[in-house]
Amino acid sequence: MTNYESVLSEKVKEMKPSGIRKFFDLAANMEGVISLGVGEPDFQTPWLIRKKALDVLEKKRMIYSSNQGLAELRECISEYLQRKYNIKYDPVSEVVVTVGGSEAIDLAIRALVNPDDEVLIVEPSFVCYKPIVELMHGVAVPIPTKEENKFKLTPEELKSHITDKTKLLILPYPNNPTGGIMTREDLEAIADVLRDTNIMVLSDEIYSELTYGRKHCSFAEIPGMHERTIYVSGFSKAFAMTGWRLGYLCAPQPIAAQMLKIHQYAIMCAPTMSQYAAMVALKECDNEVQKMVEEYNVRRRILVDGFNRIGLTCFEPEGAFYVFPCIRSTNMSSEEFCERLLEEKKVAVVPGNAFGESGEGFVRVSYAYSLKHLRQALECIEDFVKNCIEQKKENV
Amino acid sequence: MKNKLISLLRQDARLSNQQLAVMLGATEKEIEEEIQHLEKEGVIMGYSAIVNEDKIDDDKVTAIIELRVTPQKDCGFEEIAKTITAYEEVESLALMAGAYDLAVTVKGDNVKDIAMFVSQRLAPLSGVLSTATHFVLKTYKDKGICIDGEEKDERNFFLP
Repeated sequence: MTNYESVLSEKVKEMKPSGIRKFFDLAANMEGVISLGVGEPDFQTPWLIRKKALDVLEKKRMIYSSNQGLAELRECISEYLQRKYNIKYDPVSEVVVTVGGSEAIDLAIRALVNPDDEVLIVEPSFVCYKPIVELMHGVAVPIPTKEENKFKLTPEELKSHITDKTKLLILPYPNNPTGGIMTREDLEAIADVLRDTNIMVLSDEIYSELTYGRKHCSFAEIPGMHERTIYVSGFSKAFAMTGWRLGYLCAPQPIAAQMLKIHQYAIMCAPTMSQYAAMVALKECDNEVQKMVEEYNVRRRILVDGFNRIGLTCFEPEGAFYVFPCIRSTNMSSEEFCERLLEEKKVAVVPGNAFGESGEGFVRVSYAYSLKHLRQALECIEDFVKNCIEQKKENV
Repeated sequence: MKNKLISLLRQDARLSNQQLAVMLGATEKEIEEEIQHLEKEGVIMGYSAIVNEDKIDDDKVTAIIELRVTPQKDCGFEEIAKTITAYEEVESLALMAGAYDLAVTVKGDNVKDIAMFVSQRLAPLSGVLSTATHFVLKTYKDKGICIDGEEKDERNFFLP
């Protein structure tokens, strides 16, 4: 009988499954749950994009594309980034089309991290950075951010975590789960800290189209930062294309060339059908994206107002499609709050500590749901919080 | 703001001014004034409920009637449209491009009712060349709302 313990990679065995797995299983198996938990758009992929996919399925052979991605798509990406964020990447040597933003993150970390290298991870943030860093025998160093700073990374926080071993900073803005953003001034202050170092930056800007009130500023646009930035984005969020599995990364040629090696051996190429359709997304869907942004904005306002009214203070997020209210006034931990809310009201939100310890005391609420659904959920949460406060009084 | 306000009220006319103010990043007073203005200017003509007729047991029947009409000198279709609009059985009336001219939606207590209405009131109107009556069997979607309930949310609840 094979001893599986002995055959598995030590690093993989050490990788922790999500700490809140139990909660997710509970929510996934319960009937009639009002979920505010998912991190993908509720909108259908714009019709023009789907039409293009149908068209190529009818007329073209679905063969591998070039490893790096279709040349025309890389040109579209390059033009789009120039047009939208004023950043320049050479489509021939600096752009790689990937299987979602996720693969781009994986490639970036694998291409850069040597054993014992320290990787600074701004938290709370998406859950995949740390496990991949550790798989590469790197050391993940979380930098907790604070609500009072609107969950931005401050130059002081950055400085205090830098050591001789710091290799990479992961900068995930607009941020999942907080909805926080970094303005040009905020990014310039970070750039000032990095300028005299050799630290590289993985800028995960997958939510860059989804900002409210001000235009997104890319870290690669800050003077002197282009050369040290690996820019990651994709089609899932802005174009409602999660299932198409398509993203991209842009980086200076010497780095892109190394990442491409991993990509070509591990993946071959991103889905060809999705690549054709994605060209339409970049060239012809500005209006569609704008409509979705306007709808998200209305929902965002309703939630921020609703949570503050209920007494769960909620800072005003300016990006992504999440709000991150503070639940400390209920005297519960994030997990306890979420488990009880699920049991008592069948409403599912995500405990903030799933995104790093600094998320404790908060919950992530997605507004990738209809207004009707959000209002219904808010009413349930209001009832729940009222009950909790009354119980608290009785216990005193 | 005007268009966004109208779009929200189209989705749900029962949103309170306070809710609308939050959603549009405006003050309640601004919303109140804008709605008053829209009502006064005749932009908003009224508010009505979207109802699942299958769940009301009044057994009413709805028909869509296509009318072909000879336009009148000087006033085109206006005169006859005005006459038909005045009939209280008529729920909606529209001038169409294409194979016929006027689309009339009529609600009646039963099929016979509607047949009588068409034969005795619509068909004899001067200028009417022909009528074609279609009965509505089931409504699936009305004013953007799926009558049979919303689609099930198939998205997975997980954190990758």
